[in-house]
Amino acid sequence: MNWIAVNSIYKFEMARFFRTITQSFVSPVLSTSLYFVVFGAAIGSRIQEVEGISYGAFIVPGLIMLSVITQSISNASFGIYFPKFIGTVFELLSAPINFIEIVLGYVGAAATKALFIGVIILMTAFFFVDITIAHPFWMVVFLVLTCISFSLFGFIIGIWAGNFEQLQLVPLLIITPLVFLGGSFYSISMLPPVWQVISHFNPVVYLISGFRWSFFGAADVPIVTSLLAIAGFTALCLAVIWWIFRTGWRIRQ
Amino acid sequence: MPDIVEINDLRKAYADGFEALKGVTLKIKQGEILALLGPNGAGKTTLISTVCGITTATGGTVKVGGHDTITDYRAARGMIGLVPQEINLEPFEKVISTVRFSRGLFGKPKDDAALEKILRQLSLWDKRDSQIRALSGGMKRRVLIAKALAHEPRVLFLDEPTAGVDVELRRDMWEIVAGLKADGVTIILTTHYIEEAEAIADRIGVIAHGELLLVEDKNKLMARMGKKQLQVHLTKPIDAVPASLVSDALTLSEDGSTLIYTYDTRAERTGITKLLSDVAAAGLVLTDLETSQSSLEEIFVDLLKEDAA
Repeated sequence: MNWIAVNSIYKFEMARFFRTITQSFVSPVLSTSLYFVVFGAAIGSRIQEVEGISYGAFIVPGLIMLSVITQSISNASFGIYFPKFIGTVFELLSAPINFIEIVLGYVGAAATKALFIGVIILMTAFFFVDITIAHPFWMVVFLVLTCISFSLFGFIIGIWAGNFEQLQLVPLLIITPLVFLGGSFYSISMLPPVWQVISHFNPVVYLISGFRWSFFGAADVPIVTSLLAIAGFTALCLAVIWWIFRTGWRIRQ
Repeated sequence: MPDIVEINDLRKAYADGFEALKGVTLKIKQGEILALLGPNGAGKTTLISTVCGITTATGGTVKVGGHDTITDYRAARGMIGLVPQEINLEPFEKVISTVRFSRGLFGKPKDDAALEKILRQLSLWDKRDSQIRALSGGMKRRVLIAKALAHEPRVLFLDEPTAGVDVELRRDMWEIVAGLKADGVTIILTTHYIEEAEAIADRIGVIAHGELLLVEDKNKLMARMGKKQLQVHLTKPIDAVPASLVSDALTLSEDGSTLIYTYDTRAERTGITKLLSDVAAAGLVLTDLETSQSSLEEIFVDLLKEDAA
């Protein structure tokens, strides 16, 4: 393993993040605060408790997941797309590194950035609602796995994208609806039976459910199913990336 | 000198069937400067990209320092530095950061002293903390060279390094290349500028339509293919070449004041002695004699014409 190369890519990507530190941190904190004000205080005050949890606290795991998933995808996709766009990708292709090292560098940095933001949102949440974390270890496990798996997915999008419009297409048209309909702001059990069945085809449901379980000990789907879902998604993304580098699809002529 | 780059029957065909490389075989000696000349679309950049791993070959093998670029790619690529044709740099990065990144990518540990030496060589040290976007085009090209040299490669590919730069910077680049050669770096450069190849290369390769037409020592090539001309300046202009002197090799300048004799330097007899005695016998009086040799550009054009025929 060329660990120096992995570290170089990682540090280079993190430097990009810290160059725009205000935008990186203030934006998620502000948007999360707005969610708490609107859903937690304004609308939430008129909503009964959900599964014995105040609505303000109930939406915290969903809000964290919403930001973590979108940040993971956007950071990772931009991270690999930008070198393609400006042409510096030739350096990666001509360097003595393999695809595992490239992925570790880019996905590692994207996942770290998303993790930072997830932690920032959690800390912000403490200012607005009273929450306790029932299973802190599993909370960290779910958070880290989500950051990694969606950064892998973002990496694939970054390689696939041929322009900036395509870069935004999948997050905007697929991921955002899936996250919103994945139980970020409600419990699946609150839906009519037919929509409950349909929701189980949404992979994000398993992530949010598992993550919410780590906070409150209550979940829409069994915890093992959530873990298997996220592990399966990670494995699928890794397989696709392996295929991309093996064939050179959209990256090597 | 041993061969440091060995390219054997290298082929590249794209999905649409276009053959960019049609079985290129080339050996490059350690420490030499090889200039690859060819028109646009000849396959120069594809050849470099394939050797460096940016493009996947559809046939053939490449070895760098004895290491196969596919089966032993880490060792092979570690020896190569590449300066691309386009100025591909992250605009918001600082010079030192981007050069440091390049060194790290090649698995070399941080060595600020080595980077300082490279940046000073390229007159970039004072600009090390500048963002790339703040640099001039010439400085950006230097940054590309610094990045390619950051891991101390033994083989440097320069893909049209002086394209679009002014004459002064071009001369600077030539000095940089000469300095690298003095340090033992093998240099392969592609160029459109024949004078560039003529000025700095040890050997010339001519590529067209994905095929290597020739690779030869520059001086030998010029001696072998270069035609020489003898210009005989006359005291008084004449209307036509005298009948006793008429031959395919002799022409008269437009103003009638110079006889131009084209001869082959490789021939056993150049015919100069006979010409001069015939000129004297024809009653023509000379004021001066002058010789000139074909430039590499003329040789290059002739080669391409032959290939097209």
